[in-house]
Amino acid sequence: MDNIHDFYNKMEKGNIMLSFKGEVTSDLLTSILQIMESKMETLAEPPKIKKKVYNILVECLQNLYHHLDDDDFKTKINEKSALFMIRKVDGEYSIMTGNFIASDNVEIMESRLDTINNMDKEELKVYYKEVLNNGEMSAKGGGGLGMIDIARKSGKKLEYNFDPIDNSYSFFSLNIKVAQ
Amino acid sequence: MADLKLEGSPKTPTIEFNSEAGYLLIRGRSIPENSIEFYKPLIEALETYNSNSQSNTKVDIQLEYFNTSSSKCILDVFKKLEAINSGNSEVIINWYYEEDDEDMLEAGEDYQAIINIPFKMIEVEEE
Repeated sequence: MDNIHDFYNKMEKGNIMLSFKGEVTSDLLTSILQIMESKMETLAEPPKIKKKVYNILVECLQNLYHHLDDDDFKTKINEKSALFMIRKVDGEYSIMTGNFIASDNVEIMESRLDTINNMDKEELKVYYKEVLNNGEMSAKGGGGLGMIDIARKSGKKLEYNFDPIDNSYSFFSLNIKVAQ
Repeated sequence: MADLKLEGSPKTPTIEFNSEAGYLLIRGRSIPENSIEFYKPLIEALETYNSNSQSNTKVDIQLEYFNTSSSKCILDVFKKLEAINSGNSEVIINWYYEEDDEDMLEAGEDYQAIINIPFKMIEVEEE
């Protein structure tokens, strides 16, 4: 039973406000948003921070939701599972996500994230408008805007990592900090 | 007749479209997982309205949150309004944002830069 205490201590030390591991469904998404909204209400966060965090949460969770929706992930047992955590350290919120992706997609995702990270506020605004106006809309509606929007709202560089699992899969970790 | 009345929900906004009054309201949260499906009736109503529009059309956009999947659909709504504006109706768009909500003000400015209708930015107090 020691393990449970260990888990608790790790989460406590890591200032984890909320964590979830598993399949992200539409209902779960709604519940997490409600929980976080009431938590931030209790903490009397400034409206500005509350809105930014909420917006980023929506995009992250919907990214995971739509990603797990993809057909390519139907074969193995674990790929549908994702990790989602929110922490608050010294008043700064971080939203962390982890999920499995096909290794074939790593390169394109990496270049997309680097493109975004190399842009300043103004460049991101221009890029957002460009993709909004010209980008192809995917069946689910996102069309590549999500990550640009996350970067704009966060005001910080996106921290990410890809861990190769085997020939086919990698684990994608994303850490989004919300500038105060 | 192309009227539309949708009650708001935790993930979708209130939508009111009154073709006789030439009035459209979108208010609340727009964060559905499938935005295309949600906005389809409004896009269609605006298309119908364009063939028989009032001389003036007033639009109030009072969004608290919207996701990027909605942002494309909202742009489509504005493009329909742009067509109505180049037709027989003069369209006025009021974009509301809460004080201190720079992100929502910027979102309005982003649309304004793409759409050829002047937006009126209206700051409101936080609820």
